Amino acid sequence: MSGPASVRFEDVTKRFGEVVAVDSISFEVEPGNLVTLLGPSGCGKTTTLRMIAGLELASAGRIVIGGRDVTALPVTARDVAMVFQSYALFPHMTVAENVAYGLTVSRVPKAEVRARAERALELVGLAGYGARLPSELSGGQQQRVAVARAVVLEPDVLLFDEPLSNLDAKLRRRVREEIRELQQKLGITTVYVTHDQEEALAVSDRIIVMNQAVIAQEGTPRQLYEEPASRFVADFIGDANLVEARIRAVENGHAQVEAGGLGLQLPARGSAAGPALLAIRPRSIRLHPEPREHAVRVRVDKATYLGGHMEYEVEAPLGPLFVVDLAVDRPLPAGSDAWMTLAPRGVTLVPA
Amino acid sequence: MLNRPLAAWLAAGWAAALLLPWYMLDDGLFSFVWLTEGYAGDRDYAPALFQVLWHERYWLAPLGLFLALPLLAVGRPDNGRGTGMLLVAAGAGGLFWLLLQGFGIDHRGVSLALLEPLVPEGGRQYGMGWGASLVALAFLFFITQGLAAHGLARGDVFVAGSIGLVVALVAAFIFFPVLTILSSALRDNQGALAPFLFLDKLFDGRIWGTACLTGGGRCGSAWNSLILAVLTGLSTTLLGLAFALVVTRTGFRAKRMLRTLTVLPIITPPFVIGLAIILLFGRSGAVTQFVADLLGLDAGRWVYGLPGILFAQTLAFTPIAFLVLIGVVEGVSPSMEEAAQTLRADAWTTFTTVSLPLMRPGLANAFLLGFIESLADFGNPLVLGGSYDVLATDIFFAIVGAQYDQGRAAVLAIVLLSFTLMAFWAQQRWLGRRSYATVSGKGDSGLPLQLPPALRRLCYVVVIPWAALTAVIYLMILFGGFVEFWGRDHTLTLRHYIHAFSVVEGEHGLVWSGAAWNSFWTTLQIAAISAVPTAALGLLTAWLLVRQSFGFKRAFEFGTMLSFAIPGTIIGVSYILAFNVPPLELTGTGIILVISFVFRNMPVGVRAGIATMSQLDRSLDEASLTLRANSFTTVRKVILPLLRPAILAALVYSFVRAMTAISAVVFLVSANYEMATTYILGRVENGDYGLAIAYCSVLILVMLAAIGLMQWVVGHRRLGRRAPSVASAAEQTS
Ligand SMILES: Nc1ncnc2c1ncn2[C@@H]1O[C@H](COP(=O)(O)OP(=O)(O)O)[C@@H](O)[C@H]1O
Ligand SMILES: [Mg+2]
Repeated sequence: MSGPASVRFEDVTKRFGEVVAVDSISFEVEPGNLVTLLGPSGCGKTTTLRMIAGLELASAGRIVIGGRDVTALPVTARDVAMVFQSYALFPHMTVAENVAYGLTVSRVPKAEVRARAERALELVGLAGYGARLPSELSGGQQQRVAVARAVVLEPDVLLFDEPLSNLDAKLRRRVREEIRELQQKLGITTVYVTHDQEEALAVSDRIIVMNQAVIAQEGTPRQLYEEPASRFVADFIGDANLVEARIRAVENGHAQVEAGGLGLQLPARGSAAGPALLAIRPRSIRLHPEPREHAVRVRVDKATYLGGHMEYEVEAPLGPLFVVDLAVDRPLPAGSDAWMTLAPRGVTLVPA
Repeated sequence: MLNRPLAAWLAAGWAAALLLPWYMLDDGLFSFVWLTEGYAGDRDYAPALFQVLWHERYWLAPLGLFLALPLLAVGRPDNGRGTGMLLVAAGAGGLFWLLLQGFGIDHRGVSLALLEPLVPEGGRQYGMGWGASLVALAFLFFITQGLAAHGLARGDVFVAGSIGLVVALVAAFIFFPVLTILSSALRDNQGALAPFLFLDKLFDGRIWGTACLTGGGRCGSAWNSLILAVLTGLSTTLLGLAFALVVTRTGFRAKRMLRTLTVLPIITPPFVIGLAIILLFGRSGAVTQFVADLLGLDAGRWVYGLPGILFAQTLAFTPIAFLVLIGVVEGVSPSMEEAAQTLRADAWTTFTTVSLPLMRPGLANAFLLGFIESLADFGNPLVLGGSYDVLATDIFFAIVGAQYDQGRAAVLAIVLLSFTLMAFWAQQRWLGRRSYATVSGKGDSGLPLQLPPALRRLCYVVVIPWAALTAVIYLMILFGGFVEFWGRDHTLTLRHYIHAFSVVEGEHGLVWSGAAWNSFWTTLQIAAISAVPTAALGLLTAWLLVRQSFGFKRAFEFGTMLSFAIPGTIIGVSYILAFNVPPLELTGTGIILVISFVFRNMPVGVRAGIATMSQLDRSLDEASLTLRANSFTTVRKVILPLLRPAILAALVYSFVRAMTAISAVVFLVSANYEMATTYILGRVENGDYGLAIAYCSVLILVMLAAIGLMQWVVGHRRLGRRAPSVASAAEQTS
């Protein structure tokens, strides 16, 4: 154990024959951070994670963990631990033997193995379950054994590949919080793979969004949500209405934007005057039953009552829009007219 | 720094060169007379170092250089590419020199001009012994370690070493002997090149003659073999399919009994089916006599020749096709058939358009197996052939007969081998690249389609009489051992059993006085010894095929598959051609029998391993690797415990198969190592059927006991493991 380590990818590529699974990506994970690899299925997340573990060797580029170049090192020589999607608990060993496995094969003295394994089980709330076989545990418990088995080694880097995908929806929320708490308590550098954007926003210090073997954007959850770097990211993280707009002028980094009759002033984010793309979060659209200043008139096509909020589909001069409105007390009926304004937050220019 | 495995192999290499006798000992591998009888001072027993220093075998000296080369790596970084190059150079150089001097200098002296300066007058040498073999292994592992440093098998030295070992063994004991056949076919019996003699022999009328078509005379053995193999392949595949359909797709009640048929070919010694057929349908056979009396005909010898052999082979090999096709028919996913039916296909259409095409690979496989088994079958043609010559028996008589013609045997073997490879190739072509996998691993509920009524009746009509016939044949075998002389004198007697297996009270305790004991114990011993390496090598190969990826995996896979397709007859002939001269001088030893069993039966281990390992989630291995276990520890602690049933199965089946092997063994036995099957062959040739059948019955019982014991142990283990599920609904949410 050498304390939390950083993980650095330098132009790393992975090819499987003709398929380029990961295409020349670079990123860095700060020591002690939890970074999520997020993206649609098949974009190369698992492959990236397996390259950190050493289960796949990079076809090109350099991988550095804790200042040590591990590009050519086999998995056994790297100080990483991984929690598998299927948990991969050894069915012929008890829970305690599973957790102790990594220590035993590293020839740690027996007494210490037992003590550390017990402590790890305690840490995940499974003290006293050591004598059971994995098949005698529920899904959530198996998941925690897998986590205990990984953290007991006090690895430089902890890896998770879609750890919640085999759990039901309710359990998922709880386990992800447990994982995050444990990670912060131990301060282990962690890389976490998921395709679920909500999960990623909930647990991460930073998120790396991947798309088709390359990194689409990297940043904190807030940056990704509020300043998406591309149409793909804007669409993938949270819902967004993507509409055509026009930049009239750019001054001191501020752009005068016109979209379907609405005039806005937004951070230019590198855009120049001319046609532009605008991302509008559904909650940033306000609908009013009466006309008012700076509002444009829209038509409500569809209204859905969802208990806590209303969802509308409206036809606006900007195009069709999807709206989430918290005012459930005075719903707007489908077919009626309404007037729309934009909240200051949640509207952003998307660089082309 | 040298890593631990490398240091170990380096030490082993040096120890072998300095301490172990370099050459093969006449007294056997496990004799230690060399320690007391002169050791380093003896020309035959000395280790390599002393061979060079004291016995003028200077040509061994360069090996020391290659053994020393890896020492330069001490003090270099562990995974450096430079070190890798060095190791590959040392290993490849050493292995090259070892082979060069091994083939260039033999028991007759030096034959390679290049080496002459190193060899003093009268310099000779024998086959490789302990020392030479270990040094060769050390060189092999230098190479694989070096290649691992260059990224072979993701740098994993254990995986790289395993690949190297399997490749080297398959090359040495499959491909090298087969190539030796090719080269010896091109020579006359004195060893001189004689390509015209080869052509002469190849186009011999006895092989390719077509006189039987034009009427009068016989056809060549190549045509005979081919016709027989195609017919056997077809009949066993169709019968096997009928059996598989009855067992899996009908409500037939005696399914379990039908399933027991599948163990028959495994436990049936050669000749017994042929003998039973003679006893029933031969000239004085029960059925023949009965029908002849009934119809007032002359009892004829109709069963000898093509009909008899085809009949016997179909009986013998149908269960193999059945076994293959059960798996395939069960593997056709019910949801595919249900899908077809929801798309308005009736049962018959569903069967012909969905089920049957999905069984295509299984049908091809079953046909190929029947075809190859028939080509290689030696026992049935021998007893039932009459004047119908086939390649397998011709090869045998070319070697052991009065004519002793090694070249002719080699030519016949080439013809046989080319038939096999053509079938193999055709099968690969026919299956093509299409995917037939229908079992997804996901819970696949749904009911298998029941057979359309017409087809079901057809299957019953075929299956029930055939199963009954099989049962009669096997009962006949048991019965035949207890009568004086089958067909003539049906008085009950224990004479044959007493003759073969009597035990008498002697002065110094029990004396195994029966005539069969000697071959019986030898068989048990050799079969047991060979079971362990067979299972180990088979499972190792399966592990490499299922779990590892490396550059030339497809070629590796093809090579191992190809070696399975080589008939036993070829292995037998090629082994005596390849291994009766240095550097590998093995004929007449028990080792050659063990080796031939290992490489004949390896497919059993590979298949068992692949089947079980494919069911183990790959992430189990990966989890172990990320938990700091190297791949050797992973195999030992995770894979092997989970594979225990497969290991046991591989051990028992290779043991049992070794007991019934004949086609390769018949060429390899020697006075010291007579096997049960060859002893039985001798009795059959003498017409002593009662004794042969009695012996076969005993073998069948021994093998049944072994298999029964294994199934009991495996079944027991599973039951013991199935712990009650404690995961209750309440815990599901915790
Ligand atoms: N062993 C492999 N052989 C060939 N292609 C692979 C292999 N592993 C992954 N791929 C391909 O690489 C791409 C990325 O896969 P993966 O990293 O598993 O995606 P993700 O985890 O993001 O869903 C996919 O197109 C996949 O088909
Ligand atoms: Mg994935």
